[in-house]
Amino acid sequence: MSTTTETTAIAPPAGALTVEPVRVTVPKHSVASELRAIRIVWRRDLIRFVNDRVRIAASLVQPLLFLFVMGSGLQAISSAGTHGVDLKTFIYPGILCIAVMFTAMFSAASIVWDREFGFLREMMVAPVRRSSIVIGKCLGGATVASTQGVIMLLLAPLVHVPYDPVLILGILGLQLLLAFSITAFGVMVAARIKQMQSFFGVMQMVVMPMFFISGALFPVAGLPGWLAVLNRLDPLTYAVDPMRRLVFGHLSISPAARAALDPGVTWFGWHVPALLEAGMVLLLGLVMLAVAIWEFSTSE
Amino acid sequence: MASEAQPADGRAIEVRALAKTYREVQAVKGVDFDVAAGEVFGFLGPNGAGKTTTINMLCTLVKPTAGSATVAGHDVVRERDDVRRNIGLVFQDPTLDSYLTGAQNLKLHAELYGIESSLVAPRMRQVLTMVGLWDRRDTAVGTYSGGMRRRLEIARGLMHSPRVLFLDEPTIGLDPQTRRSIWSYIRELQQREQITIFMTTHYMDEAEWCDRIAIMDHGKIVALEAPETLKAQVGTDRVTIQTDDDDAAIGALAERFGITARISEGAVAFGVPEGEHFVPRLFSELGMPIRAVSVSRPTLDDVFMSYTGSTIRDAEEDQSKHRNRVMMQMMGGRR
Repeated sequence: MSTTTETTAIAPPAGALTVEPVRVTVPKHSVASELRAIRIVWRRDLIRFVNDRVRIAASLVQPLLFLFVMGSGLQAISSAGTHGVDLKTFIYPGILCIAVMFTAMFSAASIVWDREFGFLREMMVAPVRRSSIVIGKCLGGATVASTQGVIMLLLAPLVHVPYDPVLILGILGLQLLLAFSITAFGVMVAARIKQMQSFFGVMQMVVMPMFFISGALFPVAGLPGWLAVLNRLDPLTYAVDPMRRLVFGHLSISPAARAALDPGVTWFGWHVPALLEAGMVLLLGLVMLAVAIWEFSTSE
Repeated sequence: MASEAQPADGRAIEVRALAKTYREVQAVKGVDFDVAAGEVFGFLGPNGAGKTTTINMLCTLVKPTAGSATVAGHDVVRERDDVRRNIGLVFQDPTLDSYLTGAQNLKLHAELYGIESSLVAPRMRQVLTMVGLWDRRDTAVGTYSGGMRRRLEIARGLMHSPRVLFLDEPTIGLDPQTRRSIWSYIRELQQREQITIFMTTHYMDEAEWCDRIAIMDHGKIVALEAPETLKAQVGTDRVTIQTDDDDAAIGALAERFGITARISEGAVAFGVPEGEHFVPRLFSELGMPIRAVSVSRPTLDDVFMSYTGSTIRDAEEDQSKHRNRVMMQMMGGRR
């Protein structure tokens, strides 16, 4: 960060004195003013994201490593179990999920950042509801993360997944949903955690296990008992599973391969419908959003 | 508390027995004062005297433990949003988004405050011109100098035409030249926008810019007057004379005028009321040659000294221990 030395404007410019002041008024709070606040908080996240190309590139590294390095590296030893399906194709739905997860996490982290650099205060003293700021933030994180998801989506042909309008729309919808929920989770955590290091510590502690347990990298049938239980308790499972069903529904592979690689999540033998799974992710996101709003509204 | 010159009409701020306690530490111990509309009101005191806590209560950022306050006619506890719509804030610590440009920071502020869209651009131009940043509006704030950032914060605080502008240590950490320029903006602005300015400072020389000053020490207001009145209350001017025989001069002063003088920085120094009227008498009646003489008016440092018994720097050193304790209490107090 460079600084410019003070060279100009020691005395107020004379011209400024002669103009009649433009007077503005701040209206009483209304639905319209709250929507405007939500929109500007959302837009700020977008502006900052677009300006920060390094961040765009950096958050692509991890998903790309998983997809191409792990996918290609383990291909030889896994080919027996995948019924001829490329391992990259198999883990692609999981990668679509984690790509937005990491970005959403970064978006939420900016609240901690804003607190450290004081900007949070500017938003907190504005004559708008705290809920508008939190909602704007969650929508911003969801949008930014989904943009990142689109980049991963473009890679589909490289892993033998076809471009299909229905598939693309479905993937985008699921990514938006997941990104929203993860941002809400991050904002909820950021309300309590005031330091960047601790925030990332907590996120790593929660997000990495969630990712590994979710089944992003393995089929969720025939797991050892302890892992099956953890898997069914992991919220991310219910984002990865519908994503995989969606992608596999658009692949031309053998029924045997489908059954082995995309078994679907079951509760005591009952196949959980994809819509219910997505609904659970949404509900969880909304609950965390409510907690985040409550936390920010009760703090001074 | 000293007697105060009560404003006859429109009061911008009314404070009655306002107090704040963090656990068992009393940061503000019940203060009363009024600020007239259009006044530049200064809050002076060492760090830890309770200035920032008071300002935070008036800005609705901290809830008072006791007492009441209205700002722009609205109660700071019951009508929090109404207060916020009518005040501008410039904090001690920066609150800009350094990744955005100056214009983007102001635009964001205008949107958060719901300013009518058609007025955002002309108003932005006006406030940015006023602080001399119009030409730099499209540069990221990260590239601004400290003084430019502070000016941008002031411009942003004005963006929504507040009736009262709160400035918490607006010139802290800036070089003297930039401090002067910030002050000339503040005075200009008070005239142009007819707004009330409430500010805190612990620079004695800056208090001279204010219409009235409240001196705060240990959570209480110990004096509240115009700077000139405060200085007059100290009463004495400081006279220093140089003679060939300082000891004889001190003796003569005591004998003929009943003045206790002492040697200070190589000269004989003493305090008398109306020093410039005393000097002619001194020449004619001292009975010994005087080589040089100087008379200086009391400074606000002297005022602070006379009200608190210590200079502002001594007071800060004394209080740094106490302050650390208060800080810890405050941190603990927030869950």
